[in-house]
Amino acid sequence: MEYTNKIKKTIKSLEQISRTKGVDLNQEINSLEKKLSKVQPEKYTEWQEQKKGHTPWERVKIARTLERPKPQDYIEYLIKDFIPLHGDRLGHDDNAILGGIGYLKDIPVTAISTRRGKELRGNMDANFGMPHPEGYRKALRLARQAEKFKRPVIFFVDTPGAYCGIGAEERGISEAIARNLFELSDLNVPTFTVITGEGGSGGALALSVSNKLYMMENSILSVISPEGCASILFKDASKAEQAAESLKLTAYDLFELGIVDEIQKEAEDFDTNPQPTLEELEKMLYNDIFHYSFMDEQKMKNQRYNKYRSIGFFETDKNQLPEKILNGASGNGKASGGEAGTGFLKELARLLGLK
Amino acid sequence: MSGKIQHIIQNFLKTRKERFQASVPDNLFIQCPSCKKMIYKKKIDKNHGICPDCGYHMRISNHQWTEVLFDHQSVQNLFEEYKTVDVLEFPGYKQKLDQLYEKNVNEGIATGRARIDGIPVLFGIMNTDFILGSMGSVLGERIALLFEKGTSQRLPVIILSRSGGARMQEGAVSLMQMTKTAAAAKRFSNAGNLFISLITNPTTGGVTASFAMLGDIIITEPNALIGFAGPRVIEQTIKQKLPEGFQTSEFLQEKGFVDLICERNQLKDTLHKILKIHQY
Ligand SMILES: [Zn+2]
Repeated sequence: MEYTNKIKKTIKSLEQISRTKGVDLNQEINSLEKKLSKVQPEKYTEWQEQKKGHTPWERVKIARTLERPKPQDYIEYLIKDFIPLHGDRLGHDDNAILGGIGYLKDIPVTAISTRRGKELRGNMDANFGMPHPEGYRKALRLARQAEKFKRPVIFFVDTPGAYCGIGAEERGISEAIARNLFELSDLNVPTFTVITGEGGSGGALALSVSNKLYMMENSILSVISPEGCASILFKDASKAEQAAESLKLTAYDLFELGIVDEIQKEAEDFDTNPQPTLEELEKMLYNDIFHYSFMDEQKMKNQRYNKYRSIGFFETDKNQLPEKILNGASGNGKASGGEAGTGFLKELARLLGLK
Repeated sequence: MSGKIQHIIQNFLKTRKERFQASVPDNLFIQCPSCKKMIYKKKIDKNHGICPDCGYHMRISNHQWTEVLFDHQSVQNLFEEYKTVDVLEFPGYKQKLDQLYEKNVNEGIATGRARIDGIPVLFGIMNTDFILGSMGSVLGERIALLFEKGTSQRLPVIILSRSGGARMQEGAVSLMQMTKTAAAAKRFSNAGNLFISLITNPTTGGVTASFAMLGDIIITEPNALIGFAGPRVIEQTIKQKLPEGFQTSEFLQEKGFVDLICERNQLKDTLHKILKIHQY
């Protein structure tokens, strides 16, 4: 894991600077160690093994199989006394989204899922799991309702993406997705998402802004379908298998990238006998919901914000910090105007983004 | 005609052509994509990329945009130290990045501080020369930083969008930048700050479906293409031609998703008025 190594290297360098130059860098070191601790080594080694079980392309195909338990099945298994609630209160009810209230064991929750059929008819009824703008607005309405009654929200997501068509554009599919990201990121109750099959791009994202993101072992989450990626970037739709590899869309890959928090392993006979696997998932969800329910509201919201805020990979002067400081180099001439100072401490502060 | 004379004439014509080409830059004239007229480039530049004949708004450079929107010499770039890395080791990405950095193309967005008729603002101007202005980690980070700086300094944020959407070469990391930027915009908004989203031609995908649609005030240029899915993708999906004017600024305004359609020459003035009303 290159990312982990990079962090480790930076920590080492910072410690060295701290010692040799007598500067207090504990805060920076702590924050990096926190980042590192997110990558649990035992789990990582175990999952490294399991990752080899299938190629990414195989997992794409498994995620899409018709026989696989559908997101609404998760609600049926996991949410007791479930009462479906309809409509966006703006004039529509999107069948591609199922939402309602019930219990996870003994905790009242709001559960929202995409719907996908196991045969053609059911699939057509649910628009193949592709929500229209109204579906996202319905989800947001239910999330707001959950907020009012202090219920945690659980999303179960399996969608190829938001619906792509004239009506969806006319009724503001972009705005609906953007609005969900905006509002859900700030919801006053904890949110949890399980990707059960396909996590198709922005359409899945708008239902997965959560304190914790879980993926089923053979689910995928991707910015674009491997087929789409192959035809656009590789100019050859038949290279989907290669694209699936390159996109790093499996649960294991995304865990390594710090995007997914937990992976639920699937039993061999998951398709025909989902109960044991879903019981494990229930236990994990229950523990987390319990934990988050007792968390201070602002702390809970900060955790969610910081989680998304920290996703991204780039080079900054910060990463180049060790060599620079050790070599005694001063600014690289690209400092943002007005904020660069002179002298070692100011330079360090600037490089660390402390201003 | 003997072969020798023919050769001399050809040579003469060739050198004359070369000399002519050398003295005339390729881009002395520009063809308007809308009315197809050839127009003197200097005239277009002076007019900020607006066709003097039909009023079509052409794509202009980031530098030209800063001249259109901000006070002379008021621009100060921020967050320039963030550079893209090929974290997924995606085929061809590293080479592409190296090429762009060699040509000094600076990421999919430039961010900074500037003034509009004296009023300080924070800005982002997306850059389609950098992989179609797609949203990679750096773009997401710069926008999040911009909103955070806006929150701490109580400055308005103006972001000019033009983008092909997500950066496929960064996979789901790119996708997550949608949530990241939207969440940062939300915190900025909660603190009572003004965000003006300026959407220009063309803006699609993950940018439209995140911060671009979240402005307190959304302004577009006339006839810009703005949508979630690109028109070609929709046509292929529904196997049907799209109606005239579909996904244009005017279409979006009619459907209720855009506040204002504003000509480029009027933008600075309009922004200034809006800022004033918000007591900046
Ligand atoms: Zn014209």
